[in-house]
Amino acid sequence: MIPAPFEYRRAGSVDEAVALLAEDPDERKLLAGGHSLLPLMKLRLATPTVLVDVGRLAELSYVREDGDHVAIGALTRHCDLEAAPVAREHAPLLSHVAGQVGDPQVRHRGTIGGSVAHGDPASDLPAAVLALGGSFVVQGPQGHRELAAEDFFQGFLETAMAPDEMLTEIRVPKSGGGWAFQKFNRRAQDWAIVGVAASVNGSSRVALVNMGPTPLRARAVEAALAAGASAEEAASRAAEGLEPPADVQASAEYRAHLARVLVRRALEEATARRG
Amino acid sequence: MQTLFGFPVARLEDDPLLRGVAKYVADLERPGTTHVVFVRSHIAHGRLAGIDVSEALEMPGVVGVFTGADLGLPGIGEFPPLPPGSRAEIFRPCLTTDRVRHVGEAVAAVVAETYAQAVDAAELVVADIEDEPAVVDPLAALEPDAPVLFPELGSNVVREAHLGGDADPLAGADVVVRGRFVNQRLAAVPLEPNGTLAYPDEDGRLVCWVSSQSPFQVLGAVCRALGRDRDRVRVVVPAVGGGFGAKGGVYPEQVIVAALADRLGRPVRHIETRSENLLAMSQGRGAVQDVELGARRDGTLVGMRARMVTEFGAYPWRGAIAFATSRLMANGVYRIPNMELTALGVVTNTPPVGPYRGAGRPEAAAMLERAMDLLAGELEMDPVELRRRNLLRPEDFPYVTPTGASYDSGDYLGALEELVKEAGYDGLRAEQAARRAAGDRVQLGIGVSTFVEVSGTGSEYGSVRIAPDGHVVCVTGASPHGQGHVTTFSQVLADALQVPLDRIEVVHSDTAVVPRGTGTFGSRSGQLGGSAALVAGQAVVERARQLAADALEAAEEDVVLAEGQFAVAGVPSRSLSWADVARHAETDAGRTVLGDDGLFAEEDFDQADGTYPFGAHLAVVEVDTETGRVELRRIVAVDDCGRILNPIIVAGQVHGGLLQGIAQALFEEVSFDELGNPRAPTLIEYGAPTAAEVPSYELGHTVTPTPRNPLGMKGVGEAGTVGATPAIQNAVLDALAPYGVTHVDLPLGPMKVWQALRDAGVPGAAP
Repeated sequence: MIPAPFEYRRAGSVDEAVALLAEDPDERKLLAGGHSLLPLMKLRLATPTVLVDVGRLAELSYVREDGDHVAIGALTRHCDLEAAPVAREHAPLLSHVAGQVGDPQVRHRGTIGGSVAHGDPASDLPAAVLALGGSFVVQGPQGHRELAAEDFFQGFLETAMAPDEMLTEIRVPKSGGGWAFQKFNRRAQDWAIVGVAASVNGSSRVALVNMGPTPLRARAVEAALAAGASAEEAASRAAEGLEPPADVQASAEYRAHLARVLVRRALEEATARRG
Repeated sequence: MQTLFGFPVARLEDDPLLRGVAKYVADLERPGTTHVVFVRSHIAHGRLAGIDVSEALEMPGVVGVFTGADLGLPGIGEFPPLPPGSRAEIFRPCLTTDRVRHVGEAVAAVVAETYAQAVDAAELVVADIEDEPAVVDPLAALEPDAPVLFPELGSNVVREAHLGGDADPLAGADVVVRGRFVNQRLAAVPLEPNGTLAYPDEDGRLVCWVSSQSPFQVLGAVCRALGRDRDRVRVVVPAVGGGFGAKGGVYPEQVIVAALADRLGRPVRHIETRSENLLAMSQGRGAVQDVELGARRDGTLVGMRARMVTEFGAYPWRGAIAFATSRLMANGVYRIPNMELTALGVVTNTPPVGPYRGAGRPEAAAMLERAMDLLAGELEMDPVELRRRNLLRPEDFPYVTPTGASYDSGDYLGALEELVKEAGYDGLRAEQAARRAAGDRVQLGIGVSTFVEVSGTGSEYGSVRIAPDGHVVCVTGASPHGQGHVTTFSQVLADALQVPLDRIEVVHSDTAVVPRGTGTFGSRSGQLGGSAALVAGQAVVERARQLAADALEAAEEDVVLAEGQFAVAGVPSRSLSWADVARHAETDAGRTVLGDDGLFAEEDFDQADGTYPFGAHLAVVEVDTETGRVELRRIVAVDDCGRILNPIIVAGQVHGGLLQGIAQALFEEVSFDELGNPRAPTLIEYGAPTAAEVPSYELGHTVTPTPRNPLGMKGVGEAGTVGATPAIQNAVLDALAPYGVTHVDLPLGPMKVWQALRDAGVPGAAP
């Protein structure tokens, strides 16, 4: 339960962090809140030789309006995102979901950037960004680029970021429509067995937690809704084409059932909230 | 002087605990401490062909790497002991030398200057284990072709007891219900895992700090293993972060760490990690019960036939505690005229099982209470009414059950009626009927359990001495780890000696200053330790009266203790305080009266048959018929633990027991794959509930004193685990009853409940 030996470096700026990472990108890892990486290191499932600590980069902790978007610094802690008035007003789904992550201790240490960059299908925030049609700004040795959330999650704990890139900002369009987040877990602090983030605003987006190898969109549900299906009809397609994981809590079959039930509830709730 | 009995004295021991300054084993500092990391088997069953420690020995900071052959320690025997003349005793090795029998079994100990160095070196120890077929399931272990863990026994059955069998116990029954109930295995999960720090002191005495419920058992084992006399070993227990039965007895790790300190002549420390604790600490429960219960059409019980298979894990060790207790308590609170009972204890290739809060009583109660509800369903009778018709009555006591339990006192119906009243049972049934009629997606379930358990068997040591300044020193053989013994014993002695609470000191958990003791488990310490303190305290009062009579030049029978002063009856102006009497004891005149013992008395309070606390619990659940999710809305617990000395402490004990009872009902399970690998290797998978998952508890009491101790008290530490689990299981199945679902195994997680709903074709749950 203690990590393999590693070297610790603290970055004083984003540029310095990217430079430190670039020296040996495959063996180095960025440390933000540490709530995804450190458990893996303690189990020795992750054995980076150098940790580059970006946790104190205050420049990346912000929630602000940026035109028709809300921009969130990657090192914004969940509790700060939850409380930020800008997020509450213009991205209430994201604000709400930030308040559902883990427990208060986790929310006071973990960061949205760390959660997103980890690419864990069981995490809540990636699904919220997917449902909002957001995007991610990453910085590497060659400069910035912006990746759409739907192109970002590529495999189990794999993202479209190169090993020498750092996530710096999360962007979501300001939303005025209905939204809902359904998190089904056994204990308040647990990851979702299945979660559903829904955004209903003219067109509807539905994203699923823990229903495949990545955070993902429920494309069949979205297509059904676009074609005019009712919430119940659309929800019945929630698991279509998906291969949900099986574990001690839930079989794949149970997850598929939960997805159908929870998508229906999320769509009903989001529609009711839109008024 | 007003009595403190029944007064809610705030716990005296909590200040350092709440401020975080109490010291646990892991907080103790000794210069030059070395650290042990155990190398544990990843294979459940096999021959240990060899261990290569060469690479580990080369690692920086390594002091030594030790195998079982290096240490040559004797194993730990079975408890409770085998019946005389039954079979050869099986010992649990202190580092195995020839075979491994469960994942997590220790095969080597790495000692290094720092903990990190020991962790790194332990990764390099290579155990060559020749894999053999493992048996994980207790019923599979009974099959004739099952792998046998101890070939010398010929089978995996290590304990066996039979009752009845001459006549059919169900003869004459109009109705018979049958069920197989799995009482799943649990992990104890104390906040503080096991830990040991051992070192030779300046006199060469071996000092062992352990996180334990029973320091004298550790003392005995270390002395035996190392061939040391009792005064050459000192076992001390600092603050302990919970034990729940799993820190009773002796662990191989404790003996090994003591042996390493002895051998190296240096402080040696071992602190379990959490995932290590989930494999190395004894696990609880683990039973498969096949039961048949027969009754007449009016609900009167006719008889029961049951087979209870209890898991012991890989070694007999302490598995027989729950085995024997579940068998003893299989009669429960009912009049069951005929009984046929088979109890089997089996070993499997899983971590060893030991007592865990309840230790056999929850298993027995769960079996009976599910069977009673099945019977109520079959008879279409309200489950409360069925119980009313079969409970033993106050005039039946003392009552000896067919299983041999000697019930002291009880008013089971009184507790049940109190529960019905407090819970508003009729109103709940009305609400349930309305929701059923409306076809609500979320259905209400109401479950009741009536139960009796056993507490406080055996004896405990206590002594009372008046210090020269008049303050009271109580030495107890009990070993607290959260229960509030200091408050409890102080309260008893404040009454008996008429002194303020702050004049009482309670000494415990150090074998250098406590002459003997049993320890704290089995809901025993309040009644046994408390009674020992009371009897010793009363003896000291008598001795003090003799002294006071001498000093006051009065006849002894004229001296009374009143308002904390010894005075001649009717002459209150001439009085002596405890300090005055204590001073007199030190004089030549005083010594003439009392001899060298002075104001001291000791007592081993023995209560061979124990006491039998009881109660009635009710749970209200909501079941989401689409998802299978169970929400516990209410838990109402009416407990009868005899006289209540301190209601705060009793409530705390009930709360803790209820939480662990809820945990078994809805959340926790230790299970293994077919190779014997744990399916819940960390707390993330294990899923112990927190405050967020449970409602506020509703507590009630009836008071039926026991005649078996002078305090009239019974134990209350475990009752919550006995009553809550079946009440909740009954409530969930009550919610599912309209769909024809009659059984779902513990724990009632959402997937299992959903599967039952789906299989029953419930709309919303079925595809």
